Amino acid sequence: MSGRLGISGRANRPGTSIMMLAQARKALNSKPMSVLIYCGVMYLIIYGCLAGAEAMGYNWQWYRIPDYLFRMTDDGFQWGEISVGLVKTLLLSGQAFLLALIIGLAVALLRLSGLVVGVAVSIVFLEFVRNMPLLVLLYLFYYIIGAIFGLDRYTASVLCLAVFHAALVSEIFRAGINAVPVGQWEAAKSIGMSTVQCYRYIILPQSVKFMLPPMTGEVVHMVKSSAIVSVIAVAELTTIGRNLISDTYMSFEIWFTIAAVYMVVTLMLSVFVTFMERRYAVST
Amino acid sequence: MPETQPIIEIRNVDKFFGDFQALSDVSLTVNSGEKVVICGPSGSGKSTLIRCVNRLEEHTSGQLFVDGIELTGETRNIRAVRMEVGMVFQQFNLFPHLTVLENLTVGPLRVRKISKADAIARARKYLERVHIPEQADKYPAQLSGGQQQRVAIARSLCMEPRIMLFDEPTSALDPEMINEVLDVMIELAESGMTMICVTHEMGFANRVADQMVFMDGGKIVEIAPPSVFFTKPKNPRCREFLDQILEH
Ligand SMILES: Nc1ncnc2c1ncn2[C@@H]1O[C@H](COP(=O)(O)OP(=O)(O)OP(=O)(O)O)[C@@H](O)[C@H]1O
Ligand SMILES: [Mg+2]
Repeated sequence: MSGRLGISGRANRPGTSIMMLAQARKALNSKPMSVLIYCGVMYLIIYGCLAGAEAMGYNWQWYRIPDYLFRMTDDGFQWGEISVGLVKTLLLSGQAFLLALIIGLAVALLRLSGLVVGVAVSIVFLEFVRNMPLLVLLYLFYYIIGAIFGLDRYTASVLCLAVFHAALVSEIFRAGINAVPVGQWEAAKSIGMSTVQCYRYIILPQSVKFMLPPMTGEVVHMVKSSAIVSVIAVAELTTIGRNLISDTYMSFEIWFTIAAVYMVVTLMLSVFVTFMERRYAVST
Repeated sequence: MPETQPIIEIRNVDKFFGDFQALSDVSLTVNSGEKVVICGPSGSGKSTLIRCVNRLEEHTSGQLFVDGIELTGETRNIRAVRMEVGMVFQQFNLFPHLTVLENLTVGPLRVRKISKADAIARARKYLERVHIPEQADKYPAQLSGGQQQRVAIARSLCMEPRIMLFDEPTSALDPEMINEVLDVMIELAESGMTMICVTHEMGFANRVADQMVFMDGGKIVEIAPPSVFFTKPKNPRCREFLDQILEH
């Protein structure tokens, strides 16, 4: 603020225009004005979409969507295709993330081990994964590694996602471990702990609180990037969306719904993290 | 007989950090039960010397024997030595995620592998020794500095070491808490523990030390019993240093 005033002073211009600007900004930031603008923008976007769809003669069939979430049939309650797809996505992401945690921890420990071979291996791994588009990595895993080792498409997908995220996860581990003060290592060693015991009882438990927020961000990232396996037709939310569209031609409704489902899941994860962070902050 | 037996032998030890020589040709023998107090100006290598004794620093050349075990790259020897050597740090370095009791039991449980009941009994015994039995279930952050440092002493004692190293244990404390820590250290000294203390608390040093060591520029330049050390030190740097701190 002071910088801006300083500049206007040097330009020898009276401050009135700046005051008007400030007033305009204040008015724009007031609550009713913000709500009004927000509604206006949203209205324009939605109206634009609807008008566009109208113009191309799109036949909206939103009423059919709930059936793909769940339905009541003569046999009783039944989950719809989209719900089943969501469960598969969560399962796939969950398995891949667990594996990513294991690989990521191993890579981080190798990197921190100070052994020349360990450091070299971890750096090669990190650079390889980091400089590879996820889609290409998936093709490598499916068409090459999968073919060599006879992996089915689901296993290849889990491995690919795990390896891709292990690179990111290992950096989170490394940062979290490095955030623990060196005095903790010295105290643990001075009572005779081995390196493994230092990590297990002293260092890792303390790095959890540094790692929790970025780790959950990584889970959200994993759920989103798992959609890519639809290109090799692994059954999950996005693939099921594509299949439904080729059956029903309701591409607008289904893509909107799929997008909303992803958003609900990732938003819930984010709320969960905030909650965990608060709880953790109190207990230590 | 064990009174005169050497328990720590430092022979012609050098220590380099890159090109910088932090210790040069340091030799020192400490007998079992003896108390050695090391003082000297900042950067003279006091911390480096005692950290070599439990291998938190690796000496570059020379030989170092602790309790008959030579400190080399051998991991087993290093851990055996560390179990016999307790260390108390200037910044306490308590484990903040563990309660006081857990701070004291984690070593005996995981390193000495004694039973949980024994570890807890031992922890309570040493908390009693440092006069804070009532703080067992608190976290370190809930204690005063003096209390934290006494917990740190108890944590080392729980490993039942034969030697205790202290690196300026009272320098991070508010003045009113210094004595509670020194009192615990005096009691420990009177119990017959072998101790090497880096400290500038000369009242304490005069009371417990068998040998006073003065370091300057990575060398031991004066070594004498307190009666001689405080009255007629030979080294001029040492005299100057003593004049400076005894003024306060
Ligand atoms: N890890 C290290 N890397 C490089 N130099 C170091 C390292 N540790 C200590 N030194 C240097 O070695 C010298 C001796 O350090 P040391 O900590 O032993 O001194 P000190 O006598 O304990 O001093 P103080 O009273 O300040 O604690 C210092 O000049 C210091 O800068
Ligand atoms: Mg020091």
